[in-house]
Amino acid sequence: MSENNNIKKKQDEESIINQAANEEYRYGFVSDFETDVIPKGLNEDVVRRISSLKNEPKWLLEFRLKAFRHWQTLKLPKWGKVNMPDIDFQAISYYAAPQTKTNDKKEIDPELKKTFDKLGIPLEEQKRLSGMAVDAVVDSVSVHTSYRERLAELGVIFCSISEAVKDYPDLVKKYMGTVVPYTDNFFAALNSAVFSDGSFVYIPKGVRCPMELSSYFRINAAQTGQFERTLIVADDDSYVSYLEGCTAPMRDENQLHAAIVEIIVEERAEVKYSTVQNWYPGDKDGKGGIYNLVTKRGICRGDHSKLSWTQVETGSAITWKYPSTILKGNNTVGEFYSVALTRNYQMADTGTKMIHLGKNSRSTIVSKGISAGHSENSYRGMVKVAPDATNCRNYTQCDSLLLSDTSGAHTFPVIEVGNDSSIVEHEATTSKINEDQIFYCNQRGISTEDAVGLIVNGYARDVMKKLPMEFAVEAQRLLSVSLEGSVG
Amino acid sequence: MNNSLKQYIDLHDEQLAAIERLAPAPLNELRKKARQALDGAVLPRKGSDDYEATDLNTVLAPDYGVNVNHVDLSRESTTKFRCEVPNLSTCLYYVFNDTFRPSETAGKSGDNACVESFQATKHPEVLAKYYGTVASLDNPCTALNTMLAQDGVLIYVPKGSHTTRPIQLINVFDANAQLMAVRRVLIVIEDDAQAQILVCDHTKGDKQYLSLETVEVIVGRNAKLDYYHMEESGMGTNRLSQLWLRQNESSNVLIDGITLTNGYTRNDYQIDVDGAHCDTQLLGMAIATSDQHVDNHTLINHSAPRCQSNEMFKYVLNDNAVGAFAGKILVKPGCPKIDAYQGNRNIVASPTARMYTKPQLEIYTDDVKCSHGSTVGQLDQEALFYMQTRGISLPIAQKLLMQAFMSDVIDGVRLDTLRDRLRHLVEMRLSGDAMICESCELKK
Repeated sequence: MSENNNIKKKQDEESIINQAANEEYRYGFVSDFETDVIPKGLNEDVVRRISSLKNEPKWLLEFRLKAFRHWQTLKLPKWGKVNMPDIDFQAISYYAAPQTKTNDKKEIDPELKKTFDKLGIPLEEQKRLSGMAVDAVVDSVSVHTSYRERLAELGVIFCSISEAVKDYPDLVKKYMGTVVPYTDNFFAALNSAVFSDGSFVYIPKGVRCPMELSSYFRINAAQTGQFERTLIVADDDSYVSYLEGCTAPMRDENQLHAAIVEIIVEERAEVKYSTVQNWYPGDKDGKGGIYNLVTKRGICRGDHSKLSWTQVETGSAITWKYPSTILKGNNTVGEFYSVALTRNYQMADTGTKMIHLGKNSRSTIVSKGISAGHSENSYRGMVKVAPDATNCRNYTQCDSLLLSDTSGAHTFPVIEVGNDSSIVEHEATTSKINEDQIFYCNQRGISTEDAVGLIVNGYARDVMKKLPMEFAVEAQRLLSVSLEGSVG
Repeated sequence: MNNSLKQYIDLHDEQLAAIERLAPAPLNELRKKARQALDGAVLPRKGSDDYEATDLNTVLAPDYGVNVNHVDLSRESTTKFRCEVPNLSTCLYYVFNDTFRPSETAGKSGDNACVESFQATKHPEVLAKYYGTVASLDNPCTALNTMLAQDGVLIYVPKGSHTTRPIQLINVFDANAQLMAVRRVLIVIEDDAQAQILVCDHTKGDKQYLSLETVEVIVGRNAKLDYYHMEESGMGTNRLSQLWLRQNESSNVLIDGITLTNGYTRNDYQIDVDGAHCDTQLLGMAIATSDQHVDNHTLINHSAPRCQSNEMFKYVLNDNAVGAFAGKILVKPGCPKIDAYQGNRNIVASPTARMYTKPQLEIYTDDVKCSHGSTVGQLDQEALFYMQTRGISLPIAQKLLMQAFMSDVIDGVRLDTLRDRLRHLVEMRLSGDAMICESCELKK
């Protein structure tokens, strides 16, 4: 009898798994904008064309060209624990601008509004429940930024990077490329050459930004890549919380997303950067999906500054992302909280670097990986304590949860300690969901699936509670949707 | 091609006839493959993936002499050299530089086990069957060893035999020129057999030496092996060692690698757990001062279900010492019920000492329990303070805490007498005393 039950349970589980695997990606629709796309291919003319389309000053074109020339000398890196195919960089169009029917930036194009309503991101300010300013970026262009006037009253600059280049060239020139130079890596060089839009944030001295700032990135056009560039500067004694969300339509082709995020935190300032990444992950056979290859790095330049990264990674066919912090000032704090969920044939190689250069700097890393289906999920991290950085402290916890016997979970941490007064700890575990816990829940009338949901949410709680409230709800939902039926 | 590797390849090419003349056939057969593997090979650079802190180029750069004609260079007699474990009677064998010499106590155990040189073995079939079957020529040091190896030590414990006395192998460097000893050991423990092996490294004089050492171990079904390696050489002695081990079903293995004094050391351990129900203990410890360099690189490769492995490496670093540890637990697909732990705990006791650590997990099966932990820190200030309030001076308190820190590696030793001896040696090492056995006539 009990054997029959077991078989039935197994069958139920399998059917639930199939359901989950076949579940549609919620944001997979294509919007019907008219889009200006420049022809495919990459050469100096394309770089010049992008620059002229955006009416950029000469120094920026020079910067792009230098980056492009450097990029030509580099090779696609292969060290990640992802199966990176050879990307044909000549088969991608590097600039796509949706044509809005209104020219006035203050008015919102109806088609655009429809798209963002469908995504659940309202662009109209009066409709917002909570005060959150949104910069909406579709393909290569920032289409709308809300609440700009209210922020401007406090001196906070929140606009797209192309506008910032025109309106605040000195600030952009001063900070761009200082944290992630174009020579940093292959994708950083590529991005520096062809970057299109992204957000620019400047918080002046002593200002606490009154609302969450957020960017919403959407890839819409086919056969294009998105190369956004975000620059956040928090001047002395300021505070800002910045959120980033991303989605893309379902397509059989792989699309490239190679972004750069640079954050500069000055004395006693604090920046909180949160990401909910939900790019299209490809279908159940691993066809299509976004290659998410980004370079994110921040520097705590001033003493007593703090930078906190929180990320929930559920999308993308390939994720290759290491939001890092350089703790240059004394008594600085770096944090990294991450949940990475992979299923089907997704591959994620993600983690962080904490470079301790300042004395008494502290960092915390909490990384939770969940792998299901045939996916590969890796944590790769580095904690480096320079010889002069005395009394540093790091704590790293990285856990992996395996939901299927065909998935992989890996940890590759590197620790380098150069002095005798710093303490670095690293702990990692890999296991499947504890059967006793599931049994206990079953006993209390909770179905296996709900029990797994509960356990996973509890497992990811350390990270989820670091997210701003508006995002936490979304992220939790995303996690439970993605997990639905992944009980193995 | 790197120059430091090239000099040895050139030496091989020039002296091939002399090298092959003395070596048994299986060595010569594999030599060709090793030569091919090194053709166009480049030594991994320092900072590259598996060599975060160790520069092979520098270690191999000096123009070491290689004893191609296999002359016994040491004039010391085996009776003068003692490495005693009190209250433990062992079957004693020596390797002077690269030359195997049994002692008078050897072979009198009445056991079936035999310890012989490759050249004079009575079991050539064992050598032919197992030589080079576990070691991979992808490792440049193993390839170099295989290309130059002329002799080695075969430890063979036939099916069902148990050694009554531990086998003790003493490696001694004693020559009047700077020398590279190509040392090779093949350990075959057949099904249901048991053995305990003690190995220690020593150096006489202050010449610069390099021990290029490859150990291959095959542990049969239901067999048990304890293998202890202690490095007590001198500042001028460098060591590149690789231990390759294959475990068959239900076998039980303990590997213990201890570094007390040395120059520049890199140890590679690769354990392939090929059968189910195996138990693997891999322990290690290093106490390093002045300019000592200790790098341990481990891989436990679980390719069978229902196994258990436990790995623990501990370091105490002082002065300008450099410690490095990189470990990986790999669980292949279809290997459920693996319980694996990997730990690396380090104390950095001076501002100029450096520690690099890289613990890694690579898991492809879901029903497993794998974890690792790694810490780099200092002695607990409160514990030190507490002891001082009880009248214990700071240096002694520090020593006591360091000893306690090392105790879980020491406690892993399964031979009571050896455990006591090791505890004593660690105490002497932490106090800075010379670690010479009372009856050894070669006191420095």
